[in-house]
Amino acid sequence: MITTTGLTKIYRAHRSHGREVTALDGVDLHVREGEVYGVIGQSGAGKSSLIRCVNLLERPTAGTVTVAGQDLTALAGRGPRAGKELRQARSRIGMVFQHFNLLSSRTVQDNVELPLEILGKSGKERSRKALELLDLVGLADKAKAYPAQLSGGQKQRVGIARALAGDPKVLLSDEATSALDPETTRSILQLLRDLNRQLGLTVLLITHEMDVVKSICDSAALMEQGRIVESGTVSELLATPGSELASALFPVGGEASGDDRTVVDVTFQGEAATQPVISQLSRTYNIDISILGAAIDTVGGLQVGRMRIELPGRYEDNVVPIGFLREQGLQIDVLGQEPVLLKEGAK
Amino acid sequence: MTWSEMQPLLEQACWDTLYMVGWSTLIAVVGGLPLGILLVLTDRGGLLQNVLANKVIGQIVNVARSMPFIILMVALMSFTRWVTGTTIGREAAIVPLAIGAIPFFARLVETAVREVDGGLVEAVQSMGGNTWTVVRKVLVPESLPSLIASTTTTIVALIGYSAMAGTVGAGGLGDIAIRYGYQRFETELMWLTVAILAVVISLIQFAGDYAARSLHRRGGHSGAAPKLRLLKASTATSKTV
Repeated sequence: MITTTGLTKIYRAHRSHGREVTALDGVDLHVREGEVYGVIGQSGAGKSSLIRCVNLLERPTAGTVTVAGQDLTALAGRGPRAGKELRQARSRIGMVFQHFNLLSSRTVQDNVELPLEILGKSGKERSRKALELLDLVGLADKAKAYPAQLSGGQKQRVGIARALAGDPKVLLSDEATSALDPETTRSILQLLRDLNRQLGLTVLLITHEMDVVKSICDSAALMEQGRIVESGTVSELLATPGSELASALFPVGGEASGDDRTVVDVTFQGEAATQPVISQLSRTYNIDISILGAAIDTVGGLQVGRMRIELPGRYEDNVVPIGFLREQGLQIDVLGQEPVLLKEGAK
Repeated sequence: MTWSEMQPLLEQACWDTLYMVGWSTLIAVVGGLPLGILLVLTDRGGLLQNVLANKVIGQIVNVARSMPFIILMVALMSFTRWVTGTTIGREAAIVPLAIGAIPFFARLVETAVREVDGGLVEAVQSMGGNTWTVVRKVLVPESLPSLIASTTTTIVALIGYSAMAGTVGAGGLGDIAIRYGYQRFETELMWLTVAILAVVISLIQFAGDYAARSLHRRGGHSGAAPKLRLLKASTATSKTV
């Protein structure tokens, strides 16, 4: 639904001779139709530039953006101003913002009607659609209120209703929950999830909160310094040895109790979760296993368990038991070992 | 001078002042509003970025604004004659008043429009709006309370300028105060004009403030704008965590 190839954005600071900031460095992103895709990263990682390049609020320096089969970068033209075709394409992409960006001089209903005014819809049609959308986001009774009279969560609901006014297939969410408290964040995320399911809306969101990815994303990408360093569906990520994103999504704590110990993270998904592997391991190899930390959680709608265990002896002494765990279809990460080394060890 | 002698003089002067200030305010708003918006749009990073045009407009505005009004009036005489056919009287005074007020108002408009949150502009762009939509639906309505306050300031400044219009025989309250009060030592009449000016200015200021404030309240600006700014600052810091 959204594909970017080699997306690059370089900012040239005015008057500072030759100083350039590379916000995006060849980003390839692929968002499938109907999924919720989260891009996570620290501030300055380039998330904001990325989402603004998707509807060309920012002109990429290089690379292409395709949304719903339409190459937006081809529509951009040369000048800084957006041509008619690009503006039409934008009207089919909804966008919600961290600070809501509602017009304070307009009522809630008039705010939702704004995109419809731009599309040239008639007054009757506008108010019908606006009320319908306000009902959808649960704010039917606030139609005549002004934004300043609403709470943050309500403002974001208006923002979402407004973003949906043009019947978009794609919704871009720019840190939509970052200005909200945890409780409100949950309800807004739930709303986005519901809209994604009900309307088949493809959602691309950027966030710096791991919880957002954890609670609603089907797929995720980790951004660092303008590059996507990891990406995939949540279950793919969890199954990737040494995935930073996976361990951030699903952290288990615990430190090794001594030098001559091997610490192993065991991730259970689906079938594997039902087998008594730890006691089998203990019995088969006659070793004492201590559990440093464990958790079971739902990540992206999947039941996932993760356990950090400690085996006596160094890694070299534990190649066989670790191999056994792998044979059980579990995902094993040995702390302090490169994933490449691990594979060799398994052989 | 008795009251019966003063009354018709003052009445005529009040009308002259209102006439001159009214028309010149209207022209200043019509001319200054687009100019002020253009100053914002053509600035670096603006929607119609054009650094050269911005510099030229800005320079013209600066020069015109810093010109003493009495000199502007004299300098514009041939232009005034071309527009109104005469260089004396009320109509002739309106031309330099309006031309002096356009850049004054334009700068105030520029400041007011710059205050509008850039996020709103971005939001309208993301909906597929063009620059004209941004101006019409965002920049003007969102800065309306400030624009009204700017208009009030312009009216008050124009009342001040209009005192000098007496030098081209345009009449008005300031003219009465100088000709009768100062040159003929009619102290009473002078104080009376001063009092009338004070009352008129207070009324205009009050009406302007009231209009701006009621718009603010409708939009619920009261207290919300600074709060939003605080919120932004705090989330910006939390983002880095």
